[in-house]
Amino acid sequence: MPAARPRLVVDACVHDAGMRTAILDYGAGNLTSVQRACAHLGCAADIVRDPSALAAADRIIFPGVGAAGAAMARLAESGLAAALRRAIAEGRPVLGICLGLQLLFEESAEDGGVACLGVLPGRVVRLEPADARCKVPHMGWNAVDFAPDEPLAQGLPDRHFYFVHSYVAQPGPGVRTIAESEHGGRFCAGVRAGSLVAVQFHPEKSGAAGLALLGRFLASA
Amino acid sequence: MPLRLIARLDIKAPNLVKGVRLEGLRVIGDPAEHAARYTAEGIDEIHYQDIVASLYQRNSIVDLVRATAERVFVPLTVGGGIRTIEDIRTLLRAGADKVCINTAAVRRPDFIREAATTFGSQCIVVAIEAIRQKSGRWEAFTDNGREHTGLDAYDWARRAVELGAGEILLTSVDREGTARGMDLEFIRSVGQGLPVPVVAHGGVGCPQHAVEAADLGVDGIAVAHVLHYRRHTIAELKAALAAAGHTVRMEAA
Repeated sequence: MPAARPRLVVDACVHDAGMRTAILDYGAGNLTSVQRACAHLGCAADIVRDPSALAAADRIIFPGVGAAGAAMARLAESGLAAALRRAIAEGRPVLGICLGLQLLFEESAEDGGVACLGVLPGRVVRLEPADARCKVPHMGWNAVDFAPDEPLAQGLPDRHFYFVHSYVAQPGPGVRTIAESEHGGRFCAGVRAGSLVAVQFHPEKSGAAGLALLGRFLASA
Repeated sequence: MPLRLIARLDIKAPNLVKGVRLEGLRVIGDPAEHAARYTAEGIDEIHYQDIVASLYQRNSIVDLVRATAERVFVPLTVGGGIRTIEDIRTLLRAGADKVCINTAAVRRPDFIREAATTFGSQCIVVAIEAIRQKSGRWEAFTDNGREHTGLDAYDWARRAVELGAGEILLTSVDREGTARGMDLEFIRSVGQGLPVPVVAHGGVGCPQHAVEAADLGVDGIAVAHVLHYRRHTIAELKAALAAAGHTVRMEAA
């Protein structure tokens, strides 16, 4: 009884037309999942380790799972931190995912305090749910409320996304929060500053909704 | 946060198999096909358990994980025969999001600490396969419920969390594959009060069985038989959970 081959329905279609998509590799986490999700959407993204390759990218995905201290150390010594800052300053489209969102801020309380990229004002603090039944790490699918006008959130088939994290961003003044979720209290699940957008959840692991959001990033950029 | 419904797929490479009380295996079909179908039908997570897990077969589970991760975009947990940090690295690179450890953790509990330190607690699941003893306590077993460990399941679960386990998977060997309902007493007595997510496994044969476990406050419910033999759909299971007042993820489309 062979099962039919179902494909996840994605309404955002990616027209790749020679666009170079870079997935930033700084030794943090499962980049191949992001790459496969892009491939599923028709986008051949490159996993990129050196600053010159990043400089040549038309759009950048900045993923990551892991600890902020080790990640920042690797970003700094590889020269990727400077290249990423430059790309953001030039207004190239960047999608931060999970740790990739957190590292955009000024500092993180993880690992006893880590200076981060400082692209966005604000800090990253440990998730401290007011409700003791809410466990940390916050791991699993959770409902996300998007700003109604957020382009990446248009026409999503579902508003549940997959989260795995113990720290959350507290954006400073001027940073636009585009998504919120709740885990013993509201927390920031996404921010945008021009063509820089970042989410705390994992679109590459969030089924049809995640692929649709990722597809919108790839199609818009 | 929504309760996770997890499809548990026992693998005897290259096949998806299903047994009763972790024995007496029947071939069900192709694992990746099933994983993709369950994903399309709204499963929240896939768990592959390599139930043979002999050394010479390691490559087949890794290949299977790689092939699955190309088309399944929900979290994937992989267990069975994981002995070293390098085994974990290989599976994570192949596309697993979490690994599930039993025997290696029992033999050397510090393996949990090393794994959690290297990869983060969020991707280290410790499986406790338990059988009730005459004393009324549950003892942890290894090797698909065949080998005694002498470890009390309650104590072992707490020790595993202290060492860095990010999730505890509780399998009732007596109920596994029976579709007779979960061992609620086991789940309550061992699982309640743990500071990390708890997944209950073993015995779901109908939506009501899942509701009973959900009522105990577990974070996830792993099912196999009920899906593999098409007794009920994922939508039916989730609808029953929702009707009982539990939050579940339902796709609008």
